[in-house]
Amino acid sequence: MTNYLYYPGCSMEGSGRSYRESLEGICEPLGITFEEIDDWNCCGATEYVSLSTTPAYAMIARNLAIAAGERKGTEPLVAACSACYLNLAKTDHYMGQQPALNARVNDALGAGGLHYDPGTIKVRHLLEVILNDVGLDRVKAAVKKPLTGLKVAPYLGCMVPRPDVDGAYTNHEQPNDLDRLLRALGADVVDYPLKTECCGGHMTQVAPKVGLELIRRLVAEAERREAVMMVTVCPMCQINIDAYQGEMNAMFHTHYKMPIVFFTQLMAVAFGLEPGKAGVGREYTNAKKTLVAALKAAPELALAAAGAAPAHKPRPDKRALPMPRMTDSEVEE
Amino acid sequence: MVVAQVSSPEVADAGVRFLAEVGAKTAGVSRLEMCIQCGSCGGSCPSADAMDHTPRRLFALMRAGERDEVLHSNTPWMCLSCYHCVVRCPQDILITDVMYALKVIAEEEHTYPNNVGPDFAGVFIGQARRFGRSWEMGLTARHYLRHYILRLPRMTPMALGLLRHGRIGILPHQIHQKKQLQAILRRADELERAR
Repeated sequence: MTNYLYYPGCSMEGSGRSYRESLEGICEPLGITFEEIDDWNCCGATEYVSLSTTPAYAMIARNLAIAAGERKGTEPLVAACSACYLNLAKTDHYMGQQPALNARVNDALGAGGLHYDPGTIKVRHLLEVILNDVGLDRVKAAVKKPLTGLKVAPYLGCMVPRPDVDGAYTNHEQPNDLDRLLRALGADVVDYPLKTECCGGHMTQVAPKVGLELIRRLVAEAERREAVMMVTVCPMCQINIDAYQGEMNAMFHTHYKMPIVFFTQLMAVAFGLEPGKAGVGREYTNAKKTLVAALKAAPELALAAAGAAPAHKPRPDKRALPMPRMTDSEVEE
Repeated sequence: MVVAQVSSPEVADAGVRFLAEVGAKTAGVSRLEMCIQCGSCGGSCPSADAMDHTPRRLFALMRAGERDEVLHSNTPWMCLSCYHCVVRCPQDILITDVMYALKVIAEEEHTYPNNVGPDFAGVFIGQARRFGRSWEMGLTARHYLRHYILRLPRMTPMALGLLRHGRIGILPHQIHQKKQLQAILRRADELERAR
């Protein structure tokens, strides 16, 4: 069992509750444990940095100081929410980069009896931890109910692959991290080129026309790629696409019903947890029916796929232009 | 137009001063003065068509010392924090953080183009400071009543759906050490004012 410090963030207790429930369901099969840091506070999302700089960073740094105090070894601090992850990582990074900011933040922390030295804690995102520490082999080994035939659009959103202050991502626009993970669960991952496009963040609250158009693009593309659901790593993306889809449909006179779930929910289900226990069904655009139907059809599809494996590689269409093709190993990597 | 103005030394001075001011307000090292006006930012921006100036043009205005025009622009308020421009910028300018810095200055001087964004941030943070946690229910209820009364008929069933699915609580979560957090933030406010 590898232990990590864990910063849940406010969404995980509210609108992103199914993220938390499903995360609890995947720890044991993956051999990891998360220790929630004590009395953590809100990271301020993208709101506080737009209001006032020093208080915004001091508020985030309080969490880093608490985490540093609770650490027993060199364990990193893991966040699952994209905005929380970025705020924590950025604060550590900028305090190290800007001595003046570091001095002001620590002066403020001192008023609460705390101190934080930048660089003490490594902040990491849950997805990256699962891919790099746990590894896909272990994920594959834990799968009891492969999601064969479930066509999903992998939607990573912005703040995990970008700005990437710690250089964890080699590709900031089309990373295949989430694709690889979902494929390890047996899912049929569609090519989704908008995977790191923005859901609009708080725009549904401050400039709805802008926000709803961004949501429309994402949902329309997932539908066009024949995905039956979208899969995300971020509570903000989830609630925007899930709860505001109705308002978006009304604005554009469309009739999309695209469910969106957290990647941990699909992991938990593939590991054998009942969909309901993994928080499936809490969506506003319900994903349960689609998922349950896919799980029922999966064994037959898997059998059919195994029986019908072509002996030879299919010949390319003679009319097609010679195009570079990704070999299987490249797709996997 | 801008080119002709920049050639005068007074304007160039005003531009340099404003760049320095925004650079100092930016949390990381902004590298704002390194902009080569390539336009990668505006071309990458998913909300550029809602902005009155693209980021590139905003940076040109900053250089030209057009402080007033920049601080009244809606561009920072339309920024989504998606960081597309940041990873594409050939000069590694922290464009998103520059937008935050411009919002902070616009907040201090009340030059924002409309109060929906500032008000949302203000209420969100007011509650987060008070409770130590964000309070989705309180925030959205107040925000819609104040700014989007016409969206309420559609929002009400949504809120009820979220309640039924256990995804939104009526009362706020609160941390234990609220006093400690508030002491930290009061000191941070003083330090920010003294800058």
